[in-house]
Amino acid sequence: MPDDIRPLLHASGISKFFPGAVALDEVELKLLPGEVHALLGENGAGKSTLIKCLTGAYRRDGGKIELEGVEVDPASTNESQALGIGTVYQEVNLLPNMTVAENLFLGRQITRGGLLRRRAMNRAARDVLLDYGLDIDPAEPLTSYSVAVQQVIAIARAVEMSGKVLILDEPTASLDREEVQLVFSVIRKLKERGLAVVFITHFLDQVFEISDRATVLRNGQVVGERDLRKVSSNDIVTLMLGRQLEEKVQERKGGHAGEVLVEIEDLGKRGMVEPFNLTLHEGEVVGLAGLLGSGRTETANLVFGAVQGDQGKISKRGREIRINRPRDAITHRFALCPEDRKTEGIVGDLSVRDNIILALQARQGWIRPLPRARVNEIAEHYVRALDIRLASLDMPIRLLSGGNQQKALLARWLATQPDLLILDEPTRGIDVGAHAEIIALIERLREEGMALLVASSEMEELVAYSTRVVVLRDRRQVGELTGDQITPSNIIRAIAAEEPAKEATA
Amino acid sequence: MIRSTHLPLLVTLLTFVLAYALCTAQYPAMFSTRVVANLLTDNAFLGIVAVGMTFVILSGGIDLSVGSVIAFTGVFLAVVLRDTSIHPLTAFAMVLVLTTAFGAAMGAVIHYLEMPPFIVTLAGMFFARGAAYVLSTDSVPIEHEFYDFLQSIYYKAPGGGRFRLIGAIMLLAFIAGALVLHRTKLGQNVYALGGGVATSRLMGVPLARTTVSIYAISGGLAGLSGIVFSLYTSAGYSLATVGVELDAIAAVVIGGTLLSGGYGFVAGTFFGILIMGLIQTYIVFDGTLSSWWTKIVIGALLFAFILLQKGLTWATTSRKRVRTGSATPS
Repeated sequence: MPDDIRPLLHASGISKFFPGAVALDEVELKLLPGEVHALLGENGAGKSTLIKCLTGAYRRDGGKIELEGVEVDPASTNESQALGIGTVYQEVNLLPNMTVAENLFLGRQITRGGLLRRRAMNRAARDVLLDYGLDIDPAEPLTSYSVAVQQVIAIARAVEMSGKVLILDEPTASLDREEVQLVFSVIRKLKERGLAVVFITHFLDQVFEISDRATVLRNGQVVGERDLRKVSSNDIVTLMLGRQLEEKVQERKGGHAGEVLVEIEDLGKRGMVEPFNLTLHEGEVVGLAGLLGSGRTETANLVFGAVQGDQGKISKRGREIRINRPRDAITHRFALCPEDRKTEGIVGDLSVRDNIILALQARQGWIRPLPRARVNEIAEHYVRALDIRLASLDMPIRLLSGGNQQKALLARWLATQPDLLILDEPTRGIDVGAHAEIIALIERLREEGMALLVASSEMEELVAYSTRVVVLRDRRQVGELTGDQITPSNIIRAIAAEEPAKEATA
Repeated sequence: MIRSTHLPLLVTLLTFVLAYALCTAQYPAMFSTRVVANLLTDNAFLGIVAVGMTFVILSGGIDLSVGSVIAFTGVFLAVVLRDTSIHPLTAFAMVLVLTTAFGAAMGAVIHYLEMPPFIVTLAGMFFARGAAYVLSTDSVPIEHEFYDFLQSIYYKAPGGGRFRLIGAIMLLAFIAGALVLHRTKLGQNVYALGGGVATSRLMGVPLARTTVSIYAISGGLAGLSGIVFSLYTSAGYSLATVGVELDAIAAVVIGGTLLSGGYGFVAGTFFGILIMGLIQTYIVFDGTLSSWWTKIVIGALLFAFILLQKGLTWATTSRKRVRTGSATPS
């Protein structure tokens, strides 16, 4: 029984507060020697905050960390590294301009009389990397090797410097299948050496392949610690996504879709989204469901031309159109509200009015400015229609609350009177009231005959407004649910790769 | 073994050899110890300051203040030696401490206030130039027997070339610079900074200490360059060495160092200096060309080297995938 073994690292009661939010609420994490422990949870569940508290990148507001039974309190990543907790991040955090050996030994170089001993370091690096299954020349620049090899070098560096606990934060996110196996073979070796490995990823199949146990976080709380040999992926997904899985039969006001508006054939981009087909009708809301990293956002961006696909075609009302850039998409009356409101949506220091008018003005071209009166009219109309709460149209948009910013962004695109509105996580980070209003707005737009494509991680929300749900997994479309099939549990089953229930349980 | 990172250095070296060969083909007299000795003497102050600039650029920064610091150093020495009875060696020590501290202060501002080096050293440039004006607006001659003594030291090579002290100081600066950059932990940290500040922080590079050291080295070498310049001209003038920082940057880039940091060698800068000196010498030998041709040729060379670096970056990234084969999972 795992309970008999003394944990290598035991964090208990870890709390972290951000202004106005509880990021971690009395979180407990127990790592046993020689185990791979998956840390799971949707985006915003608190995984990275927990990691940052463990490595000293954040000061925790409560709780204690015990390493081999001794209480420790790392104040910086360097300190935690010295204590024995090493971290490897998704992006290879090594220096591309230096050699493999230089990267491996940076900060703890072998010197004699203050001068580096390059040859000794290259030899030592070679020996170390052989242990990790890499037979490479460490005097070569890091960039001579593939990302997977670089990732293994990063792991080697972290282990050599720390050697007790290794935290892997999405180390496989940008690797292909064989490369993942290279990293996994290294992880297995480290496991044999008795290290405790924390593995964070969004790929569930990888979790089951390599991990022994899992701690699942949701909204800053631990919702379960499971032995992965004894549970199914369905259980884990249910744990991750949440509480109310009671089947609510949704009143669906007429799935009567109108005429075909947009047809997408074989649209895809290598390494991002596999080619997919999608038909959007007028008066229809198509939901995109899937875990983070499943290709939701990528699909939305591809349709809008924010990312250029390398194959496939899009036609609108039967005529093929070319969308290489967002500008093309806007000309064809597409609109996209991006996921990351702060960096891709609002222009923080511009007034609310300017933000609302931005897309419409951009489509018109800068030579034909909208008359001031018309600008005010449009802005005021949408502020009223969407109930955007603000002191004045002139205030910078960054001062608005998240929900109101989101509504202003919707107003920006509604002002262009789009035929197809693409929403990526329309309700992320906004309060409950605004949440309901945005869902109601989506309903209303659909009834007015607009086609909507909505990517969201919120199952209940997708169920509430979608007339169809397309399920994505590992950057591929794996299923489509329509009508009464659309229930949270069916979506979850589709995500977890089980056959959708033939009959939705009422 | 030739690695892609060494390629710009090799190109610089080849450019120099080729250019020198072409020059001697036209003017055989250019192949003499006299010309070589003058190359070293005339470019000594520029070479020394370029060593410091190599540190700064490798770390991903820039130091615009060095030209002004050289002028300030010259005026400071001239005024101190004129108005007081302080021995030149003491004055040298004083000015080196002053300029090193000035560089360190700029480094501290850059690191702790998270200011772009461009702006901070631009302010430093005006500040040092202004300080030079405050000391004296005239050209102040330096007359001191110790100066005469230093200027009289030379090694007369067969062929009549006189290798003077200041050329030797420059060579020493290059050797010391290369040793620090390529063979010490500080040097590794300079490269790390140039490779990426965020990554360096995560890898535990002491950012504050490294940044301050880099700009202190650059400031100190600018001070040394100022001393050499005052030995070269026997005067201190607040309007001297305007734009030398740009010549130094040019030498560093022609020497194969990537302007965005991370890649490059001190030896490259040395040949960068020699190439620039060679162009000037050629124009003197020609006699009919306007000296502004120096600038045009240097401009063209700079452009060529930037293109070369772009091409190399592109070539190295495109072959990344191919090399995966050398890794064998076991």
